[in-house]
Amino acid sequence: MDSLAIVTEDIARQFGDYWAVDGVDLSIASGEIYGFLGPNGAGKSTLVRMLCTLLRPSRGRGFVAGHDVARQPELVRLQIGVALQDAALDDRQTGRELLDLQARLYGLRRDVRLARVAQVLTLVDIGTAIDRQINTYSGGMKRRLDLAAALIHDPQILFLDEPTTGLDPESRAAVWTEVRSLQHQRGTTIFLTTQYLEEADELADRVGIISRGRLVAEGTPDALKRTVGTDVIVAKVAELPSSALDAVRAVAGVEEVVCRGDELMVHAGDGAAAMSPVALALHGSGATVKSLTLRTPTLDDVFLQLTGSHLQADEANTDGANTDGADNADATSHEPAAAGAGTPSPGGQP
Amino acid sequence: MTDLATAPPTLRVQARPAGFLVDLLSVAQRAVRQIPREPSSVIPALIVPIFFYVLNIGALSKVTGAAAHIDFKSFELPVAVVFAVTGVSRASSLVTDIQNGYFDRLTITPVRRLPLLLGLMMADLALVMALAVPVLLVGLGLGVHFRTGVPGMALFVVLSGIWGLVFTGLPYAIALKTGNPGAVNASFVLFFPITFLSTTFVPKAALEGWLRTVATYNPMTYILAGLRALVSQPWSVSTATSVGDAVLAVGAFGLVSISLALLALRGRVRRP
Repeated sequence: MDSLAIVTEDIARQFGDYWAVDGVDLSIASGEIYGFLGPNGAGKSTLVRMLCTLLRPSRGRGFVAGHDVARQPELVRLQIGVALQDAALDDRQTGRELLDLQARLYGLRRDVRLARVAQVLTLVDIGTAIDRQINTYSGGMKRRLDLAAALIHDPQILFLDEPTTGLDPESRAAVWTEVRSLQHQRGTTIFLTTQYLEEADELADRVGIISRGRLVAEGTPDALKRTVGTDVIVAKVAELPSSALDAVRAVAGVEEVVCRGDELMVHAGDGAAAMSPVALALHGSGATVKSLTLRTPTLDDVFLQLTGSHLQADEANTDGANTDGADNADATSHEPAAAGAGTPSPGGQP
Repeated sequence: MTDLATAPPTLRVQARPAGFLVDLLSVAQRAVRQIPREPSSVIPALIVPIFFYVLNIGALSKVTGAAAHIDFKSFELPVAVVFAVTGVSRASSLVTDIQNGYFDRLTITPVRRLPLLLGLMMADLALVMALAVPVLLVGLGLGVHFRTGVPGMALFVVLSGIWGLVFTGLPYAIALKTGNPGAVNASFVLFFPITFLSTTFVPKAALEGWLRTVATYNPMTYILAGLRALVSQPWSVSTATSVGDAVLAVGAFGLVSISLALLALRGRVRRP
C-alpha cells in the first residue's frame, strides 16, 4: 500500500434509507491526479467527506496516506489538504489572517509560516486584497484563497471538491495550471471531483465515473472513450428523405446511424475517412444538409452509455455559470435512453 | 497567477499538531480580532445597560431608595454591569462558521476540539470584562463609591466577567447543538427570567410571595448580593460571605452551562 495514496474497500455511506455512496473500491497511486466524475447527487462529495475524516463510513474501509480514515483520523489530517465544494472561509478575517491561522493550526513555526504564507500568496494572486477582509472578495478570489489555505502545510494529498465550480474560464484555467504543477513538480496526489467533462479530461490521469453512489467505470480518459468505440459524425439536416438513412448505412466504415429530430448521428470507426462518403451519400439521396461535424467520443458519451443519461444537462454547467454544486440533489435525470440517441455532448470535443 | 510549484523554495514544511495552548490562543486571537469588525454586536451591549441604569436611577431612586433605605445608584450598578456582560458571546459567529463550512475546515486541521470552544470563550471573557469597565466608570461618575476600594472594584469586574463567561455556555450549547442562528438569538430570552426574577430592583427583604421563592433559588440573587457587597460594604466577614456565595452561584451555574456546551461540542465534532 506504500505507493498507494488512497485506497477504499467497499466504502459506503448511508443517510437514513439512502445509500449516498454504495460500495466503492478505489486504488489511487501516489502522485496521481484522479478525477471523480459524476452529476450532482452522485455521491462525490460524500466520498470526499469520508476520506477527509468529516464523515464516518457506514460500511467498508478507507485508507489515506496509509492511515485508516475511521481509526486514525488525526494522522490522516496531517497529510491532506482539502478544498471543499463551497469555499469555506471566514469572511471577517483578511486573507492573510486566514492563511496564517491555518498554518498555525498545522503547527508551523513562525518563520515557516511567514515563508509559506508568502509562497501561497503567489498562487492566490489577489494583490493587496490579501490584507482586506474576505467579504470584499469576488467568488473567484475566494476559491483561489480556499485552494491556498488547503496548500498552506504542503500536503501530500490534496482533495479538491469541484474546485472550479463558479469560476470564470480564466480562473478555471489558472486552477488547472496549478493542479498540474502541483502534481508534476511536487508529486502531490490530487483527488479531484468534478461535474465538468473537460476538467476530468484535461487534468486527470485516471477518471472514475460515479453514478448513484456506485463506481460505474474507471480508467484513463482515452481508455474510457475507447470503450464507446467510434467517432461520431453529426449531420444537421433540413430535409431527410427516408432513402437517406439507407444510403448512409451503406457507406463503408459506418457502423450505426441514429436519427433524432433534425440530427443524424453517424457512428464510424474512422470518422475522418467516412466524412466525405457520408456527405456524398446524403447529398445523393436528396437530403438538405445544414452542417456536418465530426467529433470523437467524449466522457459524456461514456457516461451516457453506462447510465443511460447525460452527465451535464446544459452548456451553462460547463462555463461556470451554474454554481449549485450541492451533492444532495440529483440534477441529472436517469431515464433509460438508447445509447447514441442523445444530443451531442455540450462538453464534447469537435 | 504565479505557479506555486515553481515559486522560490522555502523552509521545509512539517505539519504536526500545534499543541493545546497554540490551538487555544489561535482560536481566541481570531475571535478577538472579529469583535471590532462587528461593532453592531458590541455597541448595544454597552449602550443599553447604561441607558437603563441612568433611566432607573432617575425614575426609581426616590421611591425605591427611600422605601428600602438604600443608595439606589450603588444598588443598581451591579444590575447595569450584569446587563452588560450577560448574553454577549461569539455564539452567532460560531453558527455562521458551522453554516458556511469554516467549522468543517477547522476540524479537518489537527486542531484539538476543546480549544474550538474555549478559544471563543476566552475572547468572550476579555470582551465582557471590557464592557463592564465603562459601565463601572459611569457609576463612579454618577457618584457611586466603592467601600472596598480599588481591590473591590477589580474583584467586581472579574466576578462580573466570569458570570458573563459562564452564561455564554447556554448560547454556545444551543449554537453547537442546532447550528441555527434563530435558535441562538432566541436563547437571549433566558436572560430575562434569570435577571428579572431576582433582586434586580429591590432588596430581597422587599420581595413577597412566589417572586421571593424564585429569587431564593435564582443564582442571580447571590451574584447581585456579592457585587453589591463589594460596592456598599467595607471588607468584612459579611462581605466575604456574600462574595463567596456569589462565587458559588456562578460556579454552580457554570457547571451546568459549560457542561451543556461541552456536551454539545462533543456531539458536533463527533463524526456522524
